[in-house]
Amino acid sequence: MTSLFSKFEGTAGALGSVVAVGGRNPFAVVIEKPVSSTVGIIEGRETLLFGTNNYLGLSQSKNAIQAAQQAAAACGVGTTGSRIANGTQSLHRQLEKDIAAFFGRRDAMVFSTGYQANLGIISTLAGKDDHLFLDADSHASIYDGSRLSAAEVIRFRHNDPDNLYKRLKRMDGTPGAKLIVVEGIYSMTGNVAPIAEFVAVKKETGAYLLVDEAHSFGVLGQNGRGAAEADGVEADVDFVVGTFSKSLGTVGGYCVSDHPELEFVRLNCRPYMFTASLPPEVIAATTAALKDMQAHPELRTQLMANAQQLHAGFVDIGLNASKQATPVIAVTLETAEEAIPMWNRLLELGVYVNLSLPPATPDSRPLLRCSVMATHTPEQIAQAIAIFRQAAAEVGVTITPSAA
Amino acid sequence: MSETVESVSALIIQKLLANPKVPRDIDGNCKIMEDLAFDSLAVMNFVMEVEDSLDVSIPLDKLADIRTINDLAACIVALKNKG
Repeated sequence: MTSLFSKFEGTAGALGSVVAVGGRNPFAVVIEKPVSSTVGIIEGRETLLFGTNNYLGLSQSKNAIQAAQQAAAACGVGTTGSRIANGTQSLHRQLEKDIAAFFGRRDAMVFSTGYQANLGIISTLAGKDDHLFLDADSHASIYDGSRLSAAEVIRFRHNDPDNLYKRLKRMDGTPGAKLIVVEGIYSMTGNVAPIAEFVAVKKETGAYLLVDEAHSFGVLGQNGRGAAEADGVEADVDFVVGTFSKSLGTVGGYCVSDHPELEFVRLNCRPYMFTASLPPEVIAATTAALKDMQAHPELRTQLMANAQQLHAGFVDIGLNASKQATPVIAVTLETAEEAIPMWNRLLELGVYVNLSLPPATPDSRPLLRCSVMATHTPEQIAQAIAIFRQAAAEVGVTITPSAA
Repeated sequence: MSETVESVSALIIQKLLANPKVPRDIDGNCKIMEDLAFDSLAVMNFVMEVEDSLDVSIPLDKLADIRTINDLAACIVALKNKG
């Protein structure tokens, strides 16, 4: 009899060697208690959190917590239904109106997670005979959405509008609509997409453009509307997808658009129709966090200053950090044999970051992925840099001092 | 449009051999993932290089059926003839 589980032998072997090299399973870290937005108890120790995507620290927003408590008391803890059946309460529609208004768009759809927002929107918009053009470094939710769609899927070189253009031109005369999918800030590397250049390609080729602002919402642009706002091209972006689970500190996904047909997308979108809607307390907390974010633009200024401090610190101690200083800063190491002990040592010394191993990284090299928060203090960032320096020295990571 | 499966396969092998980690004795029947120890992402990135050289786009669903170097070459030739 063929075992159902033989396909996991590779995973078992790989995980076994990761644990053997470093002593613990990096994918089973438990935050025993969050102390604040920036500190959690891990393995009984107070640990600086530099890998939680909680960019504005709003997971601990007093207003959001209070709103959640009140909503749970008033409405209960769950909707027990899908958005298109009994799962839409006034709170859900109000949040959709608030999100649409924040982006200055006609309408918004709220999904139960950011993953489902991409899965739902991409698979529903791109049907049989249509063509999807995905940035090579797209998030798994974008790849999975494209697999769920019946469209033909073409991958173009990461952040390369010329390569996209060439691929679109090859399809000249082919029937079917074309949808380009890019991200504002790439989650693994912190690379920012050249949205204005993608807009130019879209206009010239008659394609549609979807921008996933998951990591750039609340982070880029004068008002935090993301990479498209920063580039001044929002009107030419057909669909913005994003998540509440980063800068707003809760959970859930959304899509905003000026296309009136979004109303019909709701009735064709399986990841929206066949899942329970978000519970009232999450919707209320998200609505409150959105207000917090709009009321405190200084959080964004502090976030960028903090990102620059951490980035400059990494460059200064000779680590191979991301090209740009954004709230996602990846330190690239050459081998997993360096990255695994380094990640373990960082955790032992009191800094939590994300360990990303190939093939989940863009260029076959491992990453120590860090995310910065507006609520990190300069002292916490300095401490994290000092711990990186110490861990790199103890583990023997190759460094090139003052490489930049 | 004079590419044949043989000529495309030869070009793919030439590109693969530029990578010092690839075994020296590969031929068109080699399985890309198993014999060359490429992971899924390495395959997609390598295919992108071939696409740029030959001015063709291979849809991801077609990639799922490709196992050997000759499969990849045949897929490219079919796509080019269609265009």
